[in-house]
Amino acid sequence: MFNFTTFIQLIIDGLATGSIYAALALAIVLVNQATGIINFAQGGMAVLSAYFGMTIGNLMLPIHPILGIVVGIIAAAIISYGMGAIIERFVMRRFIGSHPDTQVVATVGLLTLITGAAGLIWTYNYIPYPFFFDAGESFRIGNVAISVWSLTTFLTILALMGVLQALFRGTKMGLGLRAVADNSASAALSGINVGRMLMAGWGLAAVLGAIAGILVAAKIQLQPGMFDTFLVYALAAVIIGGLDSPIGAVVAAWGIAILENLAGTYVPWIGHDMKIAVPFVLLFVILLLRPQGLFGRKVVVRV
Amino acid sequence: MPETPLLELTEVSAAYGPVKVLHDVSLSVPSGGAVGILGANGAGKTTTLRAISGTVRVPSGAIRFNGTDIRGKRPDQVAALGIAHVPEGRGTLPNMTVRENLLVGAYLRSDRDGIERDIDYLLDLFPNLRRRIRSNGSALSGGEQQMLAVARAFMAKPKLLVLDEPSLGLAPSTAQDVYAAIAKLRAESGIAMLVVEQNANLAFSIVDSAVVLETGRSVLTGTTAELKGNDEIRKAYLGG
Repeated sequence: MFNFTTFIQLIIDGLATGSIYAALALAIVLVNQATGIINFAQGGMAVLSAYFGMTIGNLMLPIHPILGIVVGIIAAAIISYGMGAIIERFVMRRFIGSHPDTQVVATVGLLTLITGAAGLIWTYNYIPYPFFFDAGESFRIGNVAISVWSLTTFLTILALMGVLQALFRGTKMGLGLRAVADNSASAALSGINVGRMLMAGWGLAAVLGAIAGILVAAKIQLQPGMFDTFLVYALAAVIIGGLDSPIGAVVAAWGIAILENLAGTYVPWIGHDMKIAVPFVLLFVILLLRPQGLFGRKVVVRV
Repeated sequence: MPETPLLELTEVSAAYGPVKVLHDVSLSVPSGGAVGILGANGAGKTTTLRAISGTVRVPSGAIRFNGTDIRGKRPDQVAALGIAHVPEGRGTLPNMTVRENLLVGAYLRSDRDGIERDIDYLLDLFPNLRRRIRSNGSALSGGEQQMLAVARAFMAKPKLLVLDEPSLGLAPSTAQDVYAAIAKLRAESGIAMLVVEQNANLAFSIVDSAVVLETGRSVLTGTTAELKGNDEIRKAYLGG
């Protein structure tokens, strides 16, 4: 029998999980807009940032728990920005002008390297991440139990989208980033330092990833490979939403997570084990019907 | 003693990878002057401009601008020194609006009031752009894109405007409109210009002198009047 409360809960949980996919998807879109490649190391970089946040946060924890958590988040954000910028400047910059496939393979290499390094330093065991609340905490509105984690995650991603929008539409740096993404050779002729903008783009993407990493770690604990599945969902969201559309990626991420939850619960032969296939069936159908993604621009060449 | 030119190229070569395209180009643009570069296809006109703006490798020769050696500098560094290059094919930003394109042009400026004043001035000069201020660059016609490219370069308040075939692909009447606007810009701002143009008649409507390139070498320099009086030039570039 259809239970409306379960239905609402599935949707709310889907929005929360979808928000994690969305944060990672936004990071991928940001790098893709600036460089034209997909960064497969985005999830790994996010996990590494979360480890740094945890380690530094734990140092402060004895002084005051909240202080420790806040310092950890800030440290993760700053370190991830630096990590993104350094990876762009010293790794990806060397591949500029080479075949896009080569660049993508370089990011796969980075993913392996980062995951391995994290495992070496922090082991492959799950480590709890100190956070403001317990992952199991929830409150009720009527019959619907809403997890505090879900609400926090959803609101955080909404806030991040607002900040990104303000950055891109309202600041000079945003103007420069968009100009470089649009036509980097032409942007340089207007005096924009393209290299610096690419570093900033990678840095910002890494910060987005770090925040997603911390939110996931707060729920399921930290593990070097914890983002591998998330990356797969985020890629599906990016491709369904359109590689050049941040809003498309977010909407697709939410859609995928909700649909996956609903299908897992209401379609008996899918169930919990098969639900990971749902986004890919969706991906397949959408790419057949609209190769540029739901929100993407069709590339029209004007002669 | 003659005044030092604003821009001076001495025996400049340029190469794409191992392929040398320019061999020996020398030219100079005086402060406030306008100089044309004439030549057949493949003579190295576009490459000469690219050598100046730092978008092609320059293995030898000297490029001095306003007292500084700019050879080997990055395009953004050259732009910061006061050279605005309107590249071949216009190079507008296709997914940004006309207004955003103009703001990107003014990227190195921070005088908000001055920027708004200049946008207004340019929109008066190019009324088509005013009508399309919210359109994306890619939605403009070829003529409008060319106007936008020139306007965007001018937004940088450069000392030297470098134009690569502003008439390329435009209907003759549109090309004339673009040139009329460029002439007006020059008259009202006193900005120096270096113009590559296939159509010498159009070029002569704004330049004072010109350099002729042949297979990567500058072979002849003269004032507009001298070149118009030269039989070979008239035959080759002015349609008899």
